[in-house]
This record gives sequence, C-alpha cells and structure tokens, in this order.
Amino acid sequence: MQDNLYTYLLMLGDNSMILGHRLSELCGHGPSLETDIALTNMSLDLFGQVRSYFQYAAKVKGDDATEDSIAFLRTERKHLSSLLVEQPNTDFAHVITRQYFFDQYHLLLLEQLCESNDDQINAIAKKSIKEVKYHHRFSKTWMRRLAQGTDVSHQKMQVAVTSLYPYTEELSKANGVEKAMLAEGIGADLDAIKVQYYNELDGLLSDIGLQKPEEGYFYKGGKEGIHTEHFGFILSDFQYMQRTYPDMTW
Amino acid sequence: MEHSIEYLEKQFQDRIDRGENIEAKDWMPEKYRKTHIRQISQHAHSEIVGMLPEGNWISRAPSLRRKVALLAKVQDEAGHGLYLYSAAETLGISRDELFHQLHTGKAKYSSIFNYPAVSWADMGAIGWLVDGAAIINQVMLTRTSYGPYARAMVRICKEESFHQRQGYEIMITLCNGTEEQKEMAQDALNRWWWPSLMMFGPTDAESTHTEQSMKWKIKRKTNDELRQQFIDITIPQAEFLGLTVPDPDLKWNEERGHYDFGEIDWTEFWQVVKGYGPCNKERLKARNKAWDEGAWVREAALAYAEKQSAKKIISKAV
Repeated sequence: MQDNLYTYLLMLGDNSMILGHRLSELCGHGPSLETDIALTNMSLDLFGQVRSYFQYAAKVKGDDATEDSIAFLRTERKHLSSLLVEQPNTDFAHVITRQYFFDQYHLLLLEQLCESNDDQINAIAKKSIKEVKYHHRFSKTWMRRLAQGTDVSHQKMQVAVTSLYPYTEELSKANGVEKAMLAEGIGADLDAIKVQYYNELDGLLSDIGLQKPEEGYFYKGGKEGIHTEHFGFILSDFQYMQRTYPDMTW
Repeated sequence: MEHSIEYLEKQFQDRIDRGENIEAKDWMPEKYRKTHIRQISQHAHSEIVGMLPEGNWISRAPSLRRKVALLAKVQDEAGHGLYLYSAAETLGISRDELFHQLHTGKAKYSSIFNYPAVSWADMGAIGWLVDGAAIINQVMLTRTSYGPYARAMVRICKEESFHQRQGYEIMITLCNGTEEQKEMAQDALNRWWWPSLMMFGPTDAESTHTEQSMKWKIKRKTNDELRQQFIDITIPQAEFLGLTVPDPDLKWNEERGHYDFGEIDWTEFWQVVKGYGPCNKERLKARNKAWDEGAWVREAALAYAEKQSAKKIISKAV
C-alpha cells in the first residue's frame, strides 16, 4: 500500500468530514430557512467530497476497506483533521468564522490540487472547487455582513475571530506526509498557500474592522491525530450505529 | 361598477366549478383567504417541524450514503417550507407573522411530528408511512383551486415521492438484514402505523372543515376516503417486507374491495392535537430556540442591507 498517499487522502477527507458533521448538526436549527438550507448544502457538498476521497482511499488501502469502514471505524488518534473544523457550533458567528477560515484555505488548496499529477485527486479537486468557491463566497459575505451589521453582531464576530484564529495556522503548516506528497507532485505546496492564506485572511479582517489576536499563538495536533476534547463526542455520535450494530448492511 | 358580495361570491364559485385556478390578485371571499392561510401555513409549519425528528438522526446515520440522503431529505423539507410560506404570503400575511403563530402555539402543524424518532428504522418508517400518507393528501392538492398552492404542491410531490421510496428502501434493507435489524423495522412499523392513519384527520362525521373545503376544491376527497386509499396501498407493501401491521382487525373485504381496519384511538389523536403528545413541547422549544438565537443574525443582515442601500443612494446623489 502507498502509505503516504493513503494518509494524505485521510487528511483531505477528514477535514471535509468533520466540518460536514458540524454543519449537519445545525440542520433544522439555522437562524433563517435560507441560511439553514445553505449550511446543509455545504454539509452535503463536503460529505460528497468525503465519499470521493474515501472511495479512493479504500482502493489504495486494499483488503476489504470501504468508504464506510474508513469513515466510521477509526479511533480519535487515527483521525487527521485539523483542530479548526472540530470546533463546536458555539453560535452563528463561530459557525461563519470557522467556515470562512476553512474555506479560504480549502479554496487555495484545491486550486493547487487541480494541478495534482494524481488523476483521482486531480479529478476530485476539479469537481470540489466549484462547490468550495460557493462556500467561500457565502462565508466571506457573511463575515462582512455580521462584522458590519449591528454592534451586537460585530462583538460576536470579534469573539469568534479571537477564539478561532489560533486554529488557522495548522491548516497550512506542512507535516511529513504533506511534504512527501508535494515532492511527488501529488500534494499542494502549503508554504505558498500559507502566504496567500494570511494575505487574504488578514486583509479581510482589517477591511471589515475585526482584530486578529495580538498574542500570535497557534494550536496544532489534529493532523497528527491529537484532538481537542470535543472529538470523542463527535465520534460517539458519528459512529453510534456502526459500533452498536457491527458488520451489518444499512 | 360595484358588484354585491353575493354576486362576486357566485362568480367566484362558478370559476371554481369550471375548474379555473384562483390567483393571488383575484377577488376571493375572506373566508377562502383565511382558510388558505390556515391550511398552507399549517402545511409549511409541518415541513419545518418535520425536520426535527429526522434531523436528530443525521449525525448518527449508519453509512455515508444514508447520511447524505437523509441530509438532502431534511433539506428538501426546509425547501418545501420556503415554497409554502411564499404561497401563504401571496394571501397577505408575512412569514414573520406565520412564525409567530407557530412559536406561540397558536398555529397547528401535523401531529405526527410530535412522536419521537427513536431508532434508525424510524427513518425508514417515516419515509415509507409518513411521507406515503402525506403524498396521498398532497397529490390531491396539486389540483386544488388556489394556483400558488397547487403549483407549490406539484414540485413538493415529486420530492416527496422520492422520499417515500427512499424510506421504503431503508425498510427493505433492514428486512433483508439480521434478526436485530428486522426487529428494529417491525418495532418502527408498530409505533408509526396508527399515528400515520391519524394523519388524515378525524373521521368525516367529526371533521369541521371538510364540507366547505370540498366545495372550494381545496379538498377533493374526504379524510376517510384518503385514509382508506392509504391503507389499501400500504398493506401489500408491508406484506412484501414480511412485516405485520399492528392491527388484529385488519382484513381484506371482498365485498367492499377494500381492507377493513380496527378503531383508531381518537383519545390519543386529540391528546396530541391539543399539545400533549410525547414531543409537542420539545418541538416548539427547538423551533423557538433556533428563532430566538438567530434574532441577532437576522437583525445584523437587515442592518447591513440598509447600510448598503443607503450607500448606494449617496453614491448616486454624488
């Protein structure tokens, strides 16, 4: 098995899966019908991407792996999503800020993966980027709208930015697998993405009157499988059926 | 030239009798307008509250394929809510006012959603039975006299019939599965069967709205006719699954050409309608919570839009 490729696919799929899960928790509870539908749509797009990545990962892994065994049967330490995407739906300001922080990265990542010399990743990126352009437009517009709406919305956005900004760096901080995938022409150049990412992010925050935290500290660990305490609860929910009724067809 | 109300009412009834659609700007009796606001908004509220019992299984769906299908289904329900609120708005009431009626408990929604969805098999049973019962009502409504409602229903029916097949397919998979899965499926049928029959409303003898609704072609069949139609269609489907419908009195009546069935527990029906079903309070609480917690978001969006349009006016003036 190509270990690096498999791990890289898990990293790509897990980000979409955990963020998709967080968004799916909001289905039926949005602040308006329109936003409810939009967030569910993004969740659906993300789970569509998960299926593509994990179907491919299952082929790479071989044996009797399936998209579902990969999605549902790993423990916390085997999940490689970034810490940002597991952050809870504290309020709509956190939901939008988490989304924009991820979408900005996701868009830059997919632009590069559209050039990947792995045909499967290349094809998945080309399909996904159309969806992510919409996610990015949606979350960026809402960042502006809420930052510049009312005093209350501005304050809530500031709280969300302060709390979530420290999770952003991990996204574009390359680990060993990502470096190896770049060297093979399969993966993205995260150093290049990092520069563009913070230009965009900091540019937007300053434009809409929000401050990034001054301390400059960042959290990391998710990409190595070391998550926040939220993660176990996500899995106990997500894996409930597969764990309670093992080896059944649904 | 001014016409008397009687004349206008006669003209109106003639149009309906000729099978014409009534449109938003047409003259209509006040009672017709109010009846439609009540019925369309009840229907819209049912879609929105109906998102909750199934929504609570999205995070626990057993496979990626099932998760995506369930998410899409619940999202469709939000979409149906949107069309229906829009159809109700054509009659001169705002969405905010309709929400207020829902949140304060003044407006009703389908009682079926006051029952809890307690196992994955309920996702199958709800799709199969609840959507199945809804379609029987809704196909009739595609030919209802009020144009915006009828047109909304055409699209809704297409999606609902997809949901119904999706639910039945979940049931088939369970019934072809392990003993535990079959038990789960039977248990879901046991719990959802009678509430599904109650979805058609009280018996014709007890129904207060049926007569006028038939005259205005809001309804084209009575509650009892629709209920019988549902039972006749559904029993063979249950037999195909190898499941037992929880009604010892159920049997084919050769003479009538229909299934005979046992007495519905109308005490339970009225209990749930009056707000004392297993989940009435939870459902309203969830809707109120989403609405209240979203207030600052809606206010911010409005304030931002107003600032933007003020900017445009200033830049045009300069």
